[in-house]
Amino acid sequence: MLINKRLILAHFWLAFAGFGLALLLGEWQMFIRSPLHAWIGNPELYYRSVTAHGSAMAYVFPTLVAMGFGYAITEAALKRPMIGPRWAWLGFALVAIGTVVAMVPVALGHASVLYTFYPPMIGSPFYYIGVVIVVIGSWIWVALMSVNLYAWKRDNPGQPVPLAMFSNVAGSYLWAWTAVGAAIELIFLILPAALGFTTTIDAGLSRVFFSWTLHAIVYFWLFPTYIAYYTIVPRAIGGRLYSDAMGRLAFILFLIVSMPIGVHHLFMDPEVGSGFKFMHSVFTAFVALPTLLTVFTICASVEIAARLRGGKGALGWITALPWRNPIMLATAFSFIMLGFGGAGGLINMSYQLDSTIHNTQWITGHFHLIFGGAIVIMYFAIAYDLWPHLTGRALASFGLMRLQLATWFVGMMVLTFPWHWVGILGMPRRMAFYDYTDPALAAQAASVIASVIGGAILVISGALFIIVLIRGQLAPRVDAGPYRFSVAVHEPRRVPAALNGFPLWLALMIGLTVVNYGFPIANLAALSNTAVPIVPVGTGR
Amino acid sequence: MTGDPPPSSPHDPGAEHALRIERRWASVAVLIVIFLIVMAAVAGVHQATMPQLKLELVDPRTLHVSGEFIESNLGTAVEPDGSVTVRAIGQQYSFVPQCIVVPTDTVVHFRATSGDVVHGFLIDGTNLNTMLIPGFISTATARFSTPIESHMPCHEYCGVGHEGMWGKVKVIDKAAFEKLAADRRRLTCVD
Ligand code: HEM
Ligand SMILES: [Cu+2]
Ligand SMILES: [Cu+2]
Repeated sequence: MLINKRLILAHFWLAFAGFGLALLLGEWQMFIRSPLHAWIGNPELYYRSVTAHGSAMAYVFPTLVAMGFGYAITEAALKRPMIGPRWAWLGFALVAIGTVVAMVPVALGHASVLYTFYPPMIGSPFYYIGVVIVVIGSWIWVALMSVNLYAWKRDNPGQPVPLAMFSNVAGSYLWAWTAVGAAIELIFLILPAALGFTTTIDAGLSRVFFSWTLHAIVYFWLFPTYIAYYTIVPRAIGGRLYSDAMGRLAFILFLIVSMPIGVHHLFMDPEVGSGFKFMHSVFTAFVALPTLLTVFTICASVEIAARLRGGKGALGWITALPWRNPIMLATAFSFIMLGFGGAGGLINMSYQLDSTIHNTQWITGHFHLIFGGAIVIMYFAIAYDLWPHLTGRALASFGLMRLQLATWFVGMMVLTFPWHWVGILGMPRRMAFYDYTDPALAAQAASVIASVIGGAILVISGALFIIVLIRGQLAPRVDAGPYRFSVAVHEPRRVPAALNGFPLWLALMIGLTVVNYGFPIANLAALSNTAVPIVPVGTGR
Repeated sequence: MTGDPPPSSPHDPGAEHALRIERRWASVAVLIVIFLIVMAAVAGVHQATMPQLKLELVDPRTLHVSGEFIESNLGTAVEPDGSVTVRAIGQQYSFVPQCIVVPTDTVVHFRATSGDVVHGFLIDGTNLNTMLIPGFISTATARFSTPIESHMPCHEYCGVGHEGMWGKVKVIDKAAFEKLAADRRRLTCVD
């Protein structure tokens, strides 16, 4: 039962429109810095584009998907109208306005600082203000998720919160607390400098605050995907979820351990001591746990579906899966990319291995594979699954959907494998130009051309995606029936309070962050004279 | 897109069995995680490649006028204990010195910082990789066994000229290095 359909559709359309534009920028960047294109002449255009592409893909797109999906879950899982749709529209408006406020200075070249905005480089204040407005809009969503959960719990005492809603609210809390690091950096360090109140900034401290956000934001991107694994996939392929409790546990683990590990992004930095680097790398190992649990639970759920369809044998059941079902296909592709990406992640998380690939193109290849690949392909699946319920129209282009998912998978493979490889060869990231005539770089030329081809396949796939959705809006009306989530093999009748609410886990989340970040932050903040002169960026400043 | 199969009771033997398998897998997952942590700890104890221990500050505004990063002190210095120390700074959009020369089979201490924004410091083909953050001194220690000539790109975006910020490192034979060092206080291979 979805009531606020227009609200949810607005979120998805804005998300996918931004995604489509940013995708074109991505391919343009790959082309510009490949051997297929000569020196760009004005490298500033390249960094402008990377700032726009990175900010759109990392901040705007996943935030809107999480928000829209979150509202859909609230109504479909709690089976009642959402509380606060007006507030939700306000949140949406803030995200839209913030995006425009941030992107105008970027487009004008006044804020080519890249989405990580490492100070002491300082761009136009409007860029940072825009990002803050986007975050504030998303915090309205966080509050609404909470309000709706607790209102439902009050009316349904002792009932298990549906897994979809439980994980959705966990994701919203994760985001609320994750964003605090960057928000502190923006509001207390960067904006005073950007607005001209100070002329110096503590570059090291800024990086520590940003790292608090930078790792866990990855899990915020990943939440809709994992929610789809647990609560959409088993139903969509005619199976059952192997374990409801395991799902809750996985989401709780993400909530607790994804923040106190961000210093692994500062492994190579001089402003954090080795002790806390070690602490954070230990916690980073723990964050593999919820993923390992998820892989098991979802594979088991898929196997259940196969056996219900008459699948036999130790592995023979795989052939009995509904491979023509787009959701099945997306899940399989997503898991393969998650496997490769996860293996790469294990390399990044160890200090010793990281030292060979830190800030090389390996890193950009890695996060395109896992974020653009494993995570985003499930955003497509979510859209396909929800679309008929949102538009009230049939989504019947199954062949096109399969083609779209397959091209996304192939494109990602062709884009990211060579991208990892040139990173191992030592190609540094974020450069507008590489001199491939240099003998040391000549070996990288062919790989970068392969990536350009992969990117082109992705652009085609992105266009197919938009076409499928538009066709869905124009199709004949149908009644898609109520939107349902997966049912577990053993549906919980009662759930221990700890697995049905958040107070304990929020306390742990905040406590662990304070322990693991408190000292490095206090230590740096206490040092006097670490502030350095700001360096303005951008034309016309 | 498809219907659900019939539910089963939470008390049937299947539920027990499912729980057992799940626990077993969870234990395997925990063991994997413990293995990773032990590996990190062992590597740390053996000092294989470890992050710098101390936090050292430096004021980028006075780099050029006083302290160890004044221009005449940059480059490679031979220490009394036979090791060498390389001091370098990164600034928009070059390194000083642009070409670093070090000997083979010698302990090399790198000390570097930034004169303006955040830069990266990577010697291609090695695992020498660090960030240069204004206000802080980055340190690293290495030993090269064979003569090489490598690029040393800045790998963090530092402004519109970032793509042009490539330094060079030459590792030369120890004897040749000693000959060069005989009549110069600080060595570079900038020509
Ligand atoms: C056609 C597909 C794509 C291509 C060819 C592409 C290409 C690129 C390139 C060339 C960069 C700059 C890297 C550098 O200069 O070192 C970049 C950055 C980035 N991309 Fe993509 N991209 C694509 C799709 C995506 C997708 C789907 C996402 C996520 C949803 C994404 C997220 C990002 C982010 C967050 C950055 C920022 C990196 C930074 O600032 O270093 N990209 N992309
Ligand atoms: Cu991380
Ligand atoms: Cu640079």
